[in-house]
Amino acid sequence: MMATTVEAEGQLTPEEQKSLTADMHRSLRRKKIRAMLLVAPLLIFIMVTFVSPIATMLFRSVDNPQVSEYMPNTTAALAHWDADSNELPGEETYAALVEDLEVGRKNHTIGKAATRLNYEKSQMRSLLTGTARKAGRLKPPYKEQLIKINDGWGDIDNWRVIKRESKPYTLSYYIAAFDMETTPTGEIKMLPEQQRVYLQMLWRTVWMSVLITTLTLILGYPVSYLLASLPMSIANTLMILVLLPFWTSLLVRTSSWIALLQGQGVINDILVWFGLVSDDNRLSMIYNATGTVITMTHILLPFMILPLYSVMKTIPPSYMRAARSLGATPFTAFFKVYLPQSVPGISAGAILVFILAIGYYITPALVGGQTGQFIGNMIAYHMQSSLNWGLAAALGVVLLALVLGIYGLYSRLLGGNNQMSLR
Amino acid sequence: MENSASNEAFVRFEGVQKSYDGRTLVVKDLNIDVPRGEFLTMLGPSGSGKTTSLMMLAGFETATKGNIYLNGQAINNVAPHKRGIGMVFQNYALFPHMTVAENLAFPLKVRNMNSSDIETRVKRALDMVELGSFGDRRPAQLSGGQQQRVAVARALVFEPDLILMDEPLGALDKNLREQMQYEIKHIHERLGVTVVYVTHDQSEALTMSNRIAVFNDGVIQQLAPPTELYEKPINSFVAQFIGENNKLTGTLQSTQDGICTVRLPTGELVTALDINTDDIGKESTLSLRPERVFLDPVEGQCDNVFTGKVEEVIYLGDHKRVRMNVCGHDEFIVKVPNSTDNKGLQVGGTAPIGWSSKDCRALDPI
Repeated sequence: MMATTVEAEGQLTPEEQKSLTADMHRSLRRKKIRAMLLVAPLLIFIMVTFVSPIATMLFRSVDNPQVSEYMPNTTAALAHWDADSNELPGEETYAALVEDLEVGRKNHTIGKAATRLNYEKSQMRSLLTGTARKAGRLKPPYKEQLIKINDGWGDIDNWRVIKRESKPYTLSYYIAAFDMETTPTGEIKMLPEQQRVYLQMLWRTVWMSVLITTLTLILGYPVSYLLASLPMSIANTLMILVLLPFWTSLLVRTSSWIALLQGQGVINDILVWFGLVSDDNRLSMIYNATGTVITMTHILLPFMILPLYSVMKTIPPSYMRAARSLGATPFTAFFKVYLPQSVPGISAGAILVFILAIGYYITPALVGGQTGQFIGNMIAYHMQSSLNWGLAAALGVVLLALVLGIYGLYSRLLGGNNQMSLR
Repeated sequence: MENSASNEAFVRFEGVQKSYDGRTLVVKDLNIDVPRGEFLTMLGPSGSGKTTSLMMLAGFETATKGNIYLNGQAINNVAPHKRGIGMVFQNYALFPHMTVAENLAFPLKVRNMNSSDIETRVKRALDMVELGSFGDRRPAQLSGGQQQRVAVARALVFEPDLILMDEPLGALDKNLREQMQYEIKHIHERLGVTVVYVTHDQSEALTMSNRIAVFNDGVIQQLAPPTELYEKPINSFVAQFIGENNKLTGTLQSTQDGICTVRLPTGELVTALDINTDDIGKESTLSLRPERVFLDPVEGQCDNVFTGKVEEVIYLGDHKRVRMNVCGHDEFIVKVPNSTDNKGLQVGGTAPIGWSSKDCRALDPI
C-alpha cells in the first residue's frame, strides 16, 4: 500500500522517512495494545489493592476534618479571632460553641471532635464532653456561664488549640510521630525525655532489622554456598529443607519458638539438666528483643538463602579453580574472586530481608514482649486500640519513607555495581 | 630408578588411575613422560579421560592410584596453588569483576610482588598478546578472541614452567580458532614453556603439537608426533580418529617380512603392511588414506589394482571427493586432484583404481 522505495544508496528522502516512521508505528501499535492488555489485570489489581491504600494512608496522615466538621460554627467564629492577641474570643464564639455542643450531643458527634482535640492537649475531651452535657440548659450570654461550668473555657491556650485544629489539614500527626509537640503558642519542640516513644521504637526497629539481616546472612551464606556447589539432585533435596518453613504457618513456627525458648521451655530445661544454668536463674530468651531476633532470623532465613543461591548457581566453579591455579590460597581465592561475584546475591537477599523485617508485625507481637516490639506493632496499636488512625497513618508514612530512603541508598551504592557484573 | 627417569621428564604420569564412582575407571593406567619445552596434546573424544588427566595434573582432581611428578617431585599431595602451573580454561574464567590489567596482576599480587614489578610484567604480558591498550577494560567488553588472549597472558604472566590448556579455543569461530592456533604455537616456540593441551579437535592437535596422545576409553591409543600419527597409525581407532580413512575388513591370509595378504569378503586379495594383526585366519581392518588411492594407475605404480564404480562426486574446488563402490564396500572415498584429464568421471561409471601396499596398513579389526 504505502510501499517505500529504498534507493540503491539506501538514502531516504524526508517524505519517505516520514512515511516509514508512520508505517513502523502502525506495525508496532498492535504489539503495544497487546502488551497493555496483558498487564492490565495486574495493573488494575495493584491500583486497587496497593496504590489506593497507600494514597489513602498518605491523605489520612494529614487529614484533619473532625473539628471543622463537627464544630462548624465555632470554626467559623474563631476565624476572626487573633490567637496571638492574649484575649479570649468574644461572646459570639461562645454562642457558636454552645450551638455546636448541643448539636454534637444530639448527633453523638462531639466525642469525635473531643477525641481529636485531646490528642493535642489532655483534658480537652472532658472539657468538651462535660460542657456538652450542660449546654442544652444554657441561656445567653454564654461566655461567663461556660467559664463558670469549666474554667478551661477561660484558658486562652485551649482556644488556641481549637483554632489551630479547626484547619482541614494538619501536620500534628507527624509532629507526634517524631515525639514532638506543638505548644499552644505554636512552637514545635521535643517532648520530655520520658514521654518519647516513637523515635526510640523506630531506631530499635532499624537496628534489630539490621541485626536480623546480618544473622540471616551469616547463617545463609555457607548454606547457599554448599547448595550451589552440590550436584543438582542433592541440592534440590536439601532445598526442600530450606523451603520447608515456607510451607508451615507463620503462627505455628512462632509458637514452636515459644515452646523452645520460654522459661520452662525445651532449651532452658536442657541447660538446667546439664547444669549450665541454675533452675532459679533460667535464661529469658522470649518476650523480649532476643526472642524477636531469634524467631525472625529463622522465619526470614529462606529469603536470604534463595537469592544467594540463585546468584551463586551462576558463578562457574572454574573461577575458583582459575584463582587457585594462579597461586591463590583457598582463602584468597574465596575473598578476592568468589565473594565479589556473590555480592549481587548478598545485596538482593539483604535488602529483601531488611525490608521484610522492618515492617514485621505478627512475630514481634507474639514473642517481643515489651523490649522486642517493632514500629509495626505501634502502628497496629493505633489502628486497633487507640483508634488514632491519623497517627497510625503518619507512622506508616514515616516507615514507608525510611524503607524508600534505604532502598534509594542501596540502589545508588550497589545498583551500579550489579549492572557492571551482569553486563 | 625413578629419579633417573624423572630427570628427563618434566611431567611424568606413572600408572595413574582415576575413578569417580569406585566401580569404573575413567583413566586406566596412564603413563606419559613430557620433556621440558614440549607441546603435548591430549586428543580424544569426549569421555575419553583426557580432561580428567589434565585436572589431575592441575590438582583439581586427585589420582585414585599412581603418581604424578612435576620436575622430579611427586605432586599428588600438593595443593593446586602451590604447583605453580598456569592454566587456560575452556571458558577462559576471566574474573568479571576485575579489569583486564587486574586479572593479569592477580597471580602476581598473590605472590606479593611489588607494585612496580607487577605493572611492568602486566604491560609486557599485554603487549605479548597485542592487547596493550585494553588494560582498563572489563573482560565482558572484549571479543571472544581478545578474552582468549587475555586468558593466555594471565596464565603466562607469572612465568610458570608448565601451562595447561583445557580446550581453550572451543568457543571461538573457525577463522579465529585457526589464527589463535598459530598465536599459541608461536608463543610456545618463543617462550620455550612446556604446554599440555587438551582438545577434541584433531586439526588443532595436528597444527600445534610436538606430540599427540590419542585417548580413548581411558587409555592412550598412540603417543606420537603429528606426522607419524597420521601416516603410521598403529591401530584402527587412531586411523579412524585422525583424518579421513578408508577401511576394508577381511581375513588375514598370510604374512611375511612385514607384508601381509588379506582376503576381502568378496574374494579379492589385498596386500598391505602388517602392523597390528592377529593370527592367520582372524579378521583384520585395512586402513588407507583417500589421497593415496590413484585413479587409472600407471602399470607398475600400484600393487593393488581393482575396479571401482562411481557412486557420488563432490566438487570441492581444488579436488573432487569421489565416493566409490570398491570390492563390495560403497563408502570408499578417493580424493582426485582437480586436473584437466579426469573430467570424465561420471556417476554410475567405472574406473580402475589402485594403491601401493606401503600405503595400506593392516590393523586390528573394528
